[in-house]
Amino acid sequence: MTTSSTPLTSRLRVRPILLTVLTYLIALAFLFPLVWMLLAALKTEAQAFATPPVFRFTPTLENFQKALPAYFPALKNSLIAALGSTLLAFVLGLPAAFALAVYPTRRAHGTLTWMLSTRMMPAVGVIVPLFLLFRNLGLLDTLGGLILMYTTMNLPLVVWMMHSYMSEIPFAIYEAAKVDGASVSQEFFRIALPLSMPGVAATALLALIFAWNEVFFAINLTSADAAPLSVFIGSFKTSEGLFWAQMSAAATLTVLPVLIFGWLAQRQLVRGLSFGAVK
Amino acid sequence: MTTAAPPTTATRVPPAPKRGVRLTPAALVWPALLYLILTTQVPFFMTVYYSFFRYNLVDPTSRPFVGLANYAALLTDPQNVHILVNTVVLAGGTLLLTLVIGGALALLLHRPFVGRALLRTLLISSFLVMPVVTAVVWKNMLLNPVFGFFSWLVTRLGGTPVDWLAQYPMASLIAMITWEWTPFAMLILLTGLQSLPDDQLEAARLDGAGPLQEFRHIVLPHWTQAIQVVVLMETIALLQVYGEIYGSTSGGPGIATTNLPYFIYQKAFAEYNIGLASAAGVITVILTNILAVYLLRMISRSSGGRAHA
Repeated sequence: MTTSSTPLTSRLRVRPILLTVLTYLIALAFLFPLVWMLLAALKTEAQAFATPPVFRFTPTLENFQKALPAYFPALKNSLIAALGSTLLAFVLGLPAAFALAVYPTRRAHGTLTWMLSTRMMPAVGVIVPLFLLFRNLGLLDTLGGLILMYTTMNLPLVVWMMHSYMSEIPFAIYEAAKVDGASVSQEFFRIALPLSMPGVAATALLALIFAWNEVFFAINLTSADAAPLSVFIGSFKTSEGLFWAQMSAAATLTVLPVLIFGWLAQRQLVRGLSFGAVK
Repeated sequence: MTTAAPPTTATRVPPAPKRGVRLTPAALVWPALLYLILTTQVPFFMTVYYSFFRYNLVDPTSRPFVGLANYAALLTDPQNVHILVNTVVLAGGTLLLTLVIGGALALLLHRPFVGRALLRTLLISSFLVMPVVTAVVWKNMLLNPVFGFFSWLVTRLGGTPVDWLAQYPMASLIAMITWEWTPFAMLILLTGLQSLPDDQLEAARLDGAGPLQEFRHIVLPHWTQAIQVVVLMETIALLQVYGEIYGSTSGGPGIATTNLPYFIYQKAFAEYNIGLASAAGVITVILTNILAVYLLRMISRSSGGRAHA
């Protein structure tokens, strides 16, 4: 605190309170779009786009009921694509992370960096050939095709994060196992995997969020049958005051699971988002 | 510690792999490696290949080799320069705003007060929201000139209603994406702040440093790495913004909010111009990589310096 003529005690009391109020106000502003969306979801269509806005109303769940028939197929696709790609990324990524962490070679660091760099590849750099390939292989508008692409997106994340968790397991444990004659697969299944379960949970949560929220591949590689929630919500983009309440209900149902997962995983979020660069 | 940090195990002595073990470590890495090569490197080389042809899906039988003509067409059309500028303005403007607002929020949250943990948790929400949801909710319910909340607010304050997306398309888009990405900057910067030892600040205060001096000489140097991480991650992500544009302005009015990814989407999936879209894709990858490599160097240099200090 600076030295000034104001009595120290009053300064210490007033300024923190003002700063706290300011923090709450900014937070309120940031949450407003989401609160507004939730409120609209609970209004009738007429109330949702009334001017001046309606602040006092009797909440109704009618919009949620109306949105559900179109929401469920997209929800099913989003769930399958997110879970499928997370699972596949783990099947491919866990052994790689384990090998790179426990059997580091001179090339291990280069391999890790290269894998990470594939995450920086703009999707537009690969979409054209992938679209043509998918078309020829009959993968367009299929969940299989979407899972393939989301796995590409999540695989570097899984390898990188699981590598960092598996590197934290004391090396002596592996050595003791080796003395006892453990094979590579035993080391993986009996030691590395069980001991890095918290990491698996955190990484899975992040991978699920990323796949759930993905837009570009969803829009360009699916149309109807395999369209996930991002495509479904996109269909509301021209709803000029016609279906705001219903749109809000569908949007609320779409973002709520991710919000809850994200709030729960916020500490791991930093690690995953910065690839461990900031701890 | 850093993005480029080598695996901590690199310093350990790797045990010699046993003879006769069928499952070798290399065999464990290859599936993942192969998968990524097949789904990123191979398609990218195909993109490069297509970029040398005049190739339109409307007439797939004719596919003449045109060399660099697609690139020449892209780089000489003044409209495309505009799109390149849009891409940079959108990414740069958003990055700057998220750093300033996210930094301020991080500083505000780095003090004890009632409800801090809850507020911190709630404040990451907008980052978790699907880009398309952000776009449709903002476009319809907040930015709509007649029924939108912001127009009502402006009217209440004595102004005239504003058609935000028509009059200030780029500013509206930047506001929207800043809303989404500020929590990211805040999270990373707050984590950076929390690793700042308290005794440094106390020592500075005892030496009579004011809040500004404290910020400039202690907080800011310590923050460098976190700031660089935000810059790197956001640059890569913001150059690829797509869902927000798709869901709100569709690149318009005109080409006012068309960035490179959205342009490629239009060329490839509306005009079926595979050759031109591929060339634009290659340019985007090169642009992203130049920036990423430059920023990564900056990060490893400064963190290397920190390690030796």
